[in-house]
Amino acid sequence: MRPELANFKPLSIKDLPKEDWLAPGHRACQGCGTVLPLKLALKVLGPNTIAVSATGCMEIISSPFPYTSWKVPWIHVAFENAATVASGIDAAIKALKRKGKLPKKEKINIVVFAGDGATFDIGLQFLSGALERGHNFIYICLDNEAYMNTGVQRSGGTPKFAHTTTSPAGKVIHGNITWKKNLDGIVIAHNIPYFATASPAFYMDYMNKVKKASLVDGPAFIHVYSPCPTGWGSKSEDTILLSRLVVETRLFPLFEVIDGKYYILNRKVDKPKPVEEYLKLQRRYRHLTKEEIDLIQQKANEEYERLVKLCEVFAPPKEETKEETKET
Amino acid sequence: MPKDQGLMSWKELAPGMYILEPGNSAKFKTGDWRSHRPVLDKEKCIKCGQCYLLCPEPAYEPNEEGYYICNLYYCKGCGICAAICPKGAITMVLEEA
Amino acid sequence: MGKRVAKEVSIAVADAVAQCRVDVISAYPITPQTHIVEHLAELVNNGELDAEYIPVESEHAAMSACIGAAAAGARTFTSTSSQGLLFMYENLPIASAFRLPIVMVIANRSISAPISIWNDHSDVMTTRDFGWIQTFAENGQEAVDLVYHAYRVAEKCLLPVAVNLDGFIVTHVVEPIEMLEQELVDKYLPPLKMKYKLDPKKPISMGAIGVPEVYTEAKKALDEAVKASYKVVVQAWKEFEKISGRRYQPVETYRMDDAEVAMVIMGSLAETACNAVDELRAKGKKVGLVRFRLWRPFPMQDFLKAIGKVKALCVVDRAVSHASTGGPVGIEVRSALYQSNKRPRVVNFIAGLSGRDVTKDDFIELFERTFEAISKKPKFSYEIYGVKE
Repeated sequence: MRPELANFKPLSIKDLPKEDWLAPGHRACQGCGTVLPLKLALKVLGPNTIAVSATGCMEIISSPFPYTSWKVPWIHVAFENAATVASGIDAAIKALKRKGKLPKKEKINIVVFAGDGATFDIGLQFLSGALERGHNFIYICLDNEAYMNTGVQRSGGTPKFAHTTTSPAGKVIHGNITWKKNLDGIVIAHNIPYFATASPAFYMDYMNKVKKASLVDGPAFIHVYSPCPTGWGSKSEDTILLSRLVVETRLFPLFEVIDGKYYILNRKVDKPKPVEEYLKLQRRYRHLTKEEIDLIQQKANEEYERLVKLCEVFAPPKEETKEETKET
Repeated sequence: MPKDQGLMSWKELAPGMYILEPGNSAKFKTGDWRSHRPVLDKEKCIKCGQCYLLCPEPAYEPNEEGYYICNLYYCKGCGICAAICPKGAITMVLEEA
Repeated sequence: MGKRVAKEVSIAVADAVAQCRVDVISAYPITPQTHIVEHLAELVNNGELDAEYIPVESEHAAMSACIGAAAAGARTFTSTSSQGLLFMYENLPIASAFRLPIVMVIANRSISAPISIWNDHSDVMTTRDFGWIQTFAENGQEAVDLVYHAYRVAEKCLLPVAVNLDGFIVTHVVEPIEMLEQELVDKYLPPLKMKYKLDPKKPISMGAIGVPEVYTEAKKALDEAVKASYKVVVQAWKEFEKISGRRYQPVETYRMDDAEVAMVIMGSLAETACNAVDELRAKGKKVGLVRFRLWRPFPMQDFLKAIGKVKALCVVDRAVSHASTGGPVGIEVRSALYQSNKRPRVVNFIAGLSGRDVTKDDFIELFERTFEAISKKPKFSYEIYGVKE
């Protein structure tokens, strides 16, 4: 397994940089679980970072002219092409370093922040191209499971049965018809150096994953679960609770995949909490029948068990395994 | 008289309408959004820093003693800090009108 | 003066881009631009061109990558045609509004439907409003010279430039071409230095929301910048003449001195039309030709001066604007004239769509119909010429 990952020394809460590179005064909703992982990622990556945003909540709340919350260089172009804009920046930096116009030793992180809409749907082509070409960047998908910025419409990342404005819980059709798109599988299939899922409740695990992503040479992808109180009809103070429950109910397992080869389960959930505990905190699920909840429970268990098997079969070689990153 | 609706003269705009001052949103007060505000009981606080890390703004800053103090200029009153504090040291209190 | 060598124009254009020491090439293939991006790939992979070649997965990605690379301070290049240009459409106004010095070569090709790989101007004509500087080449030498010129103008104005050449008719022919010597290119094109770019040492935010209180001013600022680029374009051609001996102007004229009827046309068909002018002149007809080399910013004064005292203009468009008042060039010519005191009759034909041949005899007929129109005003605003009934 790649030495930079095999020999990775996790940061503890005391090691974290003190500064933040997202300024307050941004227009995110109270309790926004999407801006939180964005802030934490920038904290880990530091000032030598160029950030690229896709159109979406995060771009809108952080850049209402004349204000910007970005303390690092930042560019927003369009909805679907954040990964490609990052590719262009990566190519420019490589070319300029090679020609001596930029200092060769200076490490510059390139990070993309894009929502589930921009990643699962409209930007899938662009993401795939950037991953396939192997550019050196980090793609953080802040997944709040719908097109939140435009008013909570369903996306490919919207879970089954969830109420959104374009998949409403109506009398005939009961919310979103399809299961959440397996974006993880699509990204892993590109055999990129580093893939991980994360949740803000497990913030040290998440921040260490961002750190690992910054160490690999090539594309890294982090799929972050991002609660949206406004869109989900949950209480603003429940953001972290939801982020914890989604993992503990097996709905969003935390795992890493290295080079498309090695699977690592970060957090075993042997005794899962019932999904109902998670669903009942969100008004987007309040119409659910018992059968539907059972279906969700069943699917979560199936997917989790499949993942456990993958992690057993494709575990990294024994002598190189380090301890699973634990939450402090 | 035509209505004056522009924020600034077009001549003052940076080319490309770039914003040249990083992080200047810090001038914008979001503190008037809230209806509740966090109150810290220092006796219970163990200075773990989770309120500071998990605040989305971020509105918390460490003081000289190592306590994390909420900057009410920005605090939107979401209640995450009170919810996650392991010692229950933070309570959300209704803002007076 | 350099040596004239026989080269396929696409190859020569690619060589010119390489000579400009481009940093990042973002390329997606589409007929008839393919030879340009193929040759650039060859140069990079043979170590002859030090650039990052991004083989993007679509044209939208091609322009997106150029925007990212240019924003980071690199000299960039891309090329496309037809559907490719339409696919990158949403990025075009972003590139100009962000004031990025991107250079794009468009191998003009017809747009679908019906799908067609052959040459006309319908692709680029849909992009007139976006604030790009646009030039049109008539032949291979011009195409190469316009590439050198494009980088100089783009980087002085901080605006993207599109160089247009007719697909197949210009891109795929072998012509004798004189490339500039490398040291002259280097003198004409100093290294790119951008005051504002994505740089951790001086963080800026690009792409903030244009709230209603600022959008109008942002557009005004861009508008003034595009208008101001005219002077830079002309000056860059003057500088180019000093090093190459070739003189370029925004509007080119042919035998216009005492012309009564002038044809207005763009691109390679102008050369055939000049043959028609010669034949009619030999018969005593007072005809001439006016060609836009600079299309945006629209060279109003040069155009009004070029048409002199003609009684009629025959505007030949290579694109249709369905159910409008003319083809794109016809509409703009009439609009320009309306604002001046000159009132020649304007007869607007649309010809040469999707590579259909327009012969010298066709041009002679168009001239004759324009002569007739002087006394008898045509009933049509525009006519698609050469249709088989």
